[in-house]
Amino acid sequence: MKILTGNDLKTGQVVWWDGQGWSLHVEDAVDAGDKADAIIAREEAECRVNGAYAIDGEKTVDGVRPAHIKDRIRALGPTVRPDLTLKPADPSAGNWVI
Amino acid sequence: MYKYDQYDQAMVSARVADFRDQTRRRLEGKMTDDQFKPLRLKNGLYLQLHAYMLRVAIPYGTLNSRQMRKLAHIARTYDRGYGHFTTRQNIQYNWIKLEDAPDILAELATVEMHAIQTSGESIRNISADQYAGAAADEIIDPRPWAEMIRQMTTFMPEFSYLPRKFKIAVIAAETDRAALRWHDCALRIVRNEAGKIGFEVFAGGGMGRTPFIAYKIRDFLPTGQILSYLQAILRVWNRNARRDNIHKQRMKILVHELGEDEFRRQVEEEFQHFLALGEDFPQAEYDRIAAYFAPPPFETGLSEEIDRSDPDFALWVDQQVAAHKAPGYAIVNISLKPIGQIPGDISAEQMELVADLAERYSFDELRATHAQNLVLPHVRKEDLHAVWTALHEAGLGEANLDLVTDIIACPGLDYCSLANARSIPVAQKIAERFADAERQKDLGELKIKISGCINACGHHHAGHIGILGVDRKGTENYQLLLGGSGDEETSQAKITGPGFDEAGIVDAVERAVERYREIREPGERFLDTYRRVGMDGFKEAIYG
Amino acid sequence: MADSPSAGGPGGGPGTLEPTPGGERDWLRFRDDSAPDEPAVSLDAFLDQSNAGSVRIEAGDDVRHLAPHLERLRLVEIDFPKFRDGRGFSSARVLREMGYDGEIKATGEVLVDLIYFMRRCGFDSFAPDVPLDRADVESVLNRYPHVYQHAADGAVPIWQLRHG
Repeated sequence: MKILTGNDLKTGQVVWWDGQGWSLHVEDAVDAGDKADAIIAREEAECRVNGAYAIDGEKTVDGVRPAHIKDRIRALGPTVRPDLTLKPADPSAGNWVI
Repeated sequence: MYKYDQYDQAMVSARVADFRDQTRRRLEGKMTDDQFKPLRLKNGLYLQLHAYMLRVAIPYGTLNSRQMRKLAHIARTYDRGYGHFTTRQNIQYNWIKLEDAPDILAELATVEMHAIQTSGESIRNISADQYAGAAADEIIDPRPWAEMIRQMTTFMPEFSYLPRKFKIAVIAAETDRAALRWHDCALRIVRNEAGKIGFEVFAGGGMGRTPFIAYKIRDFLPTGQILSYLQAILRVWNRNARRDNIHKQRMKILVHELGEDEFRRQVEEEFQHFLALGEDFPQAEYDRIAAYFAPPPFETGLSEEIDRSDPDFALWVDQQVAAHKAPGYAIVNISLKPIGQIPGDISAEQMELVADLAERYSFDELRATHAQNLVLPHVRKEDLHAVWTALHEAGLGEANLDLVTDIIACPGLDYCSLANARSIPVAQKIAERFADAERQKDLGELKIKISGCINACGHHHAGHIGILGVDRKGTENYQLLLGGSGDEETSQAKITGPGFDEAGIVDAVERAVERYREIREPGERFLDTYRRVGMDGFKEAIYG
Repeated sequence: MADSPSAGGPGGGPGTLEPTPGGERDWLRFRDDSAPDEPAVSLDAFLDQSNAGSVRIEAGDDVRHLAPHLERLRLVEIDFPKFRDGRGFSSARVLREMGYDGEIKATGEVLVDLIYFMRRCGFDSFAPDVPLDRADVESVLNRYPHVYQHAADGAVPIWQLRHG
């Protein structure tokens, strides 16, 4: 599947296209299919996202996961600071990243 | 240290207003990110993996306690409680909101700081010897010239769009602590036979994907002509550099393509032109700036004795303390490389502690080093124990300066959008592997430098042992390099052979280090042994 | 003519000036004399044609070739094919250092935030490909109260102010 990601224009937070808007959680990402370019163009023009791009993702039992390590790290947070990731209380939250 | 006058303050304040306006236009949608990007970069604001990142300039690596407390305040208020000291003596914050960036700049301006030209295709923050003004081996404090260069190169209209970034370093000692010849342009103050001081000028160095060690293009330049000479270099480059391939636009490529002699000829021709235009600051301006760098009021009659009865303290003194030019004083290096931690990272609380120590024990001065450590430049020897105790309690008492665990590492794929592989976990694992203090001491000076991509922010080309992270079919892979150096005998590290995975690179480093231990001759550092036996002396041990 | 500044979109929304080929606006010309109307020719053509008075400088051209011809020169157009290509800044300043006092016009990808620096290098008219917001231009041009160095605009640098 093709999923869309970028950063929130104002805050810089990593966001994922969930079909209606942008979510902080990669699990919410939906398949953008062949509409990726159109969605990105529209959302950037409306200043709802910054630096958006499409990547390969896959649906797993735990939710959607980006294919490439870079976007897996983006999805959760720095591997060297678990306390600063999206799931600081869950020590195994990053098991799928690397 | 230098203090802004009304003009400097007005310029920095104007830049805050300028950036506030640019940010507003971006947030209102009047600019695309393509248009905004070069503007924000010229003010040190990147869009990184997790958020915006702001790089704050620390001119020639010098700052005071008030500035350090402001950096702590920014870390706590606008970021997530910490900052990261970089390999160019700057500090960067990883979790900045675009909408906060103008306010952060306004806060910085209240303590005479800014983020001007800390990124983008511009003349970057000037780096310098972190021991400037304190080192026992320096000719004169080089920072007044660094400050003059800072002023001249701030918002320099002709060089608004250089082909690429341009990095300048200035030192005034035989010992090169600033990786001089890895800079686009490097200046070393020397004394000639007539006893006059002037600059030895190097040009065309740089790391990145095409590393070059700078050529010496001038043996002796009168100090009062440096601004003309620099402009000549910049114009020759700006006019001649190709613009068709961003990877070939650094000045090192031009110097290489024109050849050292032709480059020098063109610079000298343009130099005569600039001299005639009267571009150099007058002596009175040098004197005005130099007065701010007058030595602090060192006490006399101080004891040279250091009580070494506490072995942990003695170990720290041996490793972290360097010779000062004033009797009874010492230079204290603060390690930002506690074993297992992130190289260069420091919490807001630690910043405040270091600020307190600077204020109380070091004439209110601090330095940042390109090796991502900090320095208290002027500490009385009798205060060393108190300083160590406070550092130790704050988790900053590591005694590993220039040892195997004092690793330079770029932020890598944990933070950086350009990276191909993570650097920090590799640094952490190597440090943990070599954590034993006696083993470190036995191995002696050994500089490991790790970059997470070919841009080489982690200086892997200059590492006695260098590590370069690459992306091999979607997985992290690490190349091992040996024999680099950033000191006065600069050399470029060479790749050993095929790369390793993360666990494999730690083992490979250990095999190289053990090989050194087996074959070293008395008094030889790792680098000396490598230079004597070459790659062949290590290859088999590494690959079996 | 939609000259009144207000918030507008990047693609020429309400309030921005409409794009025109060459995009020239009289408020982007900072000279009192009348604009030369002969079309600018390439540097090679200019050097060949002894009667030409306007020349167009491409990013790689060396303006020092114009030194013997300053007498007949009334307009130099310096093109910025991409805003990232900063060679034109040096070209303008070199022309002023040679003593040329005719018009220097910036064309191509001229961004509002660069105009201040272009003015300092000696550009005195602008014909950007993409229209500029007049309020933004005025704001940018008046942003900095001082300068740190000499350029082609005659502004007195801070070091000179400090020492009278």
